[in-house]
Amino acid sequence: MKAKGKVFKYGANVDTDVIIPARYLNTAEPAELAAHCMEDIDKDFVSRVEPGDMIVAGPNFGCGSSREHAPVAIKASGVSCVIAPSFARIFYRNAINMGLAIMECPEAVEAISDGDKLEVDFDTGVIFNETTGKRFQAEPFPEFIKKIIESDGLVGYISRKKEQTQ
Amino acid sequence: MSMTMTQKILAAHAGLDHVSAGQLIEAKLDLVLGNDVTTPPAIKVFEETGAADVFDKAKVALVPDHFTPNKDIKSAEHCARMRTFARRFDIENYYEQGEATFGIEHVVLPENGLVMPGYVIIGADSHTCTYGALGAFATGVGSTDLACAMVVGQTWFRVPEAINFKLVGKLNPGITGKDLILHIIGMIGVDGALYQSMEFTGDGVATLPMSDRLTICNMAIEAGGKNGIFPVDEITLDYLKNFAPERFDRGEYTVFAADEDAEYVRTIEVDLAKVPLTVAFPHLPENAREIGSFERVDIDQVVIGSCTNGRIEDMRLAAELLKGHKVSKGLRLIVIPGSQRVYRECLREGLIEVFVDAGAAVSARTCGPCLGGHMGILAAGERCVATTNRNFVGRMGHPKSEVYLAGVPVACASAVKGYIAGPAELDA
Ligand code: SF4
Repeated sequence: MKAKGKVFKYGANVDTDVIIPARYLNTAEPAELAAHCMEDIDKDFVSRVEPGDMIVAGPNFGCGSSREHAPVAIKASGVSCVIAPSFARIFYRNAINMGLAIMECPEAVEAISDGDKLEVDFDTGVIFNETTGKRFQAEPFPEFIKKIIESDGLVGYISRKKEQTQ
Repeated sequence: MSMTMTQKILAAHAGLDHVSAGQLIEAKLDLVLGNDVTTPPAIKVFEETGAADVFDKAKVALVPDHFTPNKDIKSAEHCARMRTFARRFDIENYYEQGEATFGIEHVVLPENGLVMPGYVIIGADSHTCTYGALGAFATGVGSTDLACAMVVGQTWFRVPEAINFKLVGKLNPGITGKDLILHIIGMIGVDGALYQSMEFTGDGVATLPMSDRLTICNMAIEAGGKNGIFPVDEITLDYLKNFAPERFDRGEYTVFAADEDAEYVRTIEVDLAKVPLTVAFPHLPENAREIGSFERVDIDQVVIGSCTNGRIEDMRLAAELLKGHKVSKGLRLIVIPGSQRVYRECLREGLIEVFVDAGAAVSARTCGPCLGGHMGILAAGERCVATTNRNFVGRMGHPKSEVYLAGVPVACASAVKGYIAGPAELDA
């Protein structure tokens, strides 16, 4: 599994209120959530993001409330992967459960700038910066996490698993 | 390669010889828990998966404790959905208000013999970490996790690092496990154990009764911990003989112990003899202050109960302190025995009479005021001393109300005095 796209870079402690402000939580519709993703720190995000693009941010990404809407909004906006030195615990869990790929790689975050073009290989954990030619190694996902992400999240994964055993 | 106690339990449930911190694993679950707030959304997801049944009807526990006896139409509808689901799948551990086995989830699961050493337990409730007191790995998750776990009986975890809390000495008379955990959270902060296991070790462990261990592990999440865990010893085994005799006799448990050279991110030594009577001021559990170190704080309400301090030991202690005293004029004291079994025992021992004579309202078995649900909500400007576990803004009612967290002795003394006080002031 590989993804290619350009980088949107943000700082530390991007919280769930910034990812999807509480005033939009009256819907669970992914497309509607995506229409307001990141708007409080980057009002151009929604108009500029293209399928495959990546968010690269500072430590403790996704801190704040436990809302599952946050990874849903990011994923529905087309983002293929979030790279940060660390994630808040509940966001980490929710992201995987909702099928959003996330990678922890402090070195990569330091050396990647806004607008760079990346290629990320989920099988090997290699993050390649096409703009600068630099390569970084993150921990690749184990097989079952890759399957959860491929199945569009935990519910899809469980449904598939059920089918296989029945 | 050496492992912590938590890591060993996780490795065994993942079918691996070894796991290390940071590793992502899939582990089998021994028990899956939901309550009346988290189960209805989980049922929706459960239905989306198209599952025909739960993975094991004996390993799912559904407890309608938050808004019961039903507070309003909305909570009645939630409970009705949960009840229908429980009947449809013949869930063995579903309890109804009034049943002998009913009570607040984290009080009844151990009492009903469902928690055994070495188990892996998830619950869609953040205080699921309570069960670490019995040497199990237990942690809180979301509704999607609960739904999927009910379908397949397993879930994924990231193996946590651990902090070693080395307990030495013994708590002074009158100091409880609640003081200890508030003291620890005061030391390390509400994110001091973020994502990590809080493993309690050292000679001091043997001096802590099970009721204290349950209180301590209950609040691991208030330090950001993924779980709290105690080693299994005589006290644990005695508890099991009492509350889980059948499983105990069948040997349905596994004792895991941390390796001698297990790796901890840090070791914090806590001298139990130095733990003071502690109160956590609004609006974070980390705002720990020692009794006697602050100006007079007048209060309007006291709540004794919850999954933190609603067990029989708490009730006995409360009755002992309240006996012969009257609640301060104009103050409300609400006592909530945490389970039907606790309530029955209170009746047998004459504790309810002591509470009523002191001027307390004894409430039904419910979370109720703990989460600002019902049966004890605070108005703007009101202050409450509670034996619960959270004092966030608006936790017990109006955003301008205040909650002060404490153990049973401070709660009782404060109820009698009308301001935050230690038990020494009771006889003054
Ligand atoms: S008593 Fe309070 S903390 Fe415990 S489960 Fe109920 S609401 Fe949660």
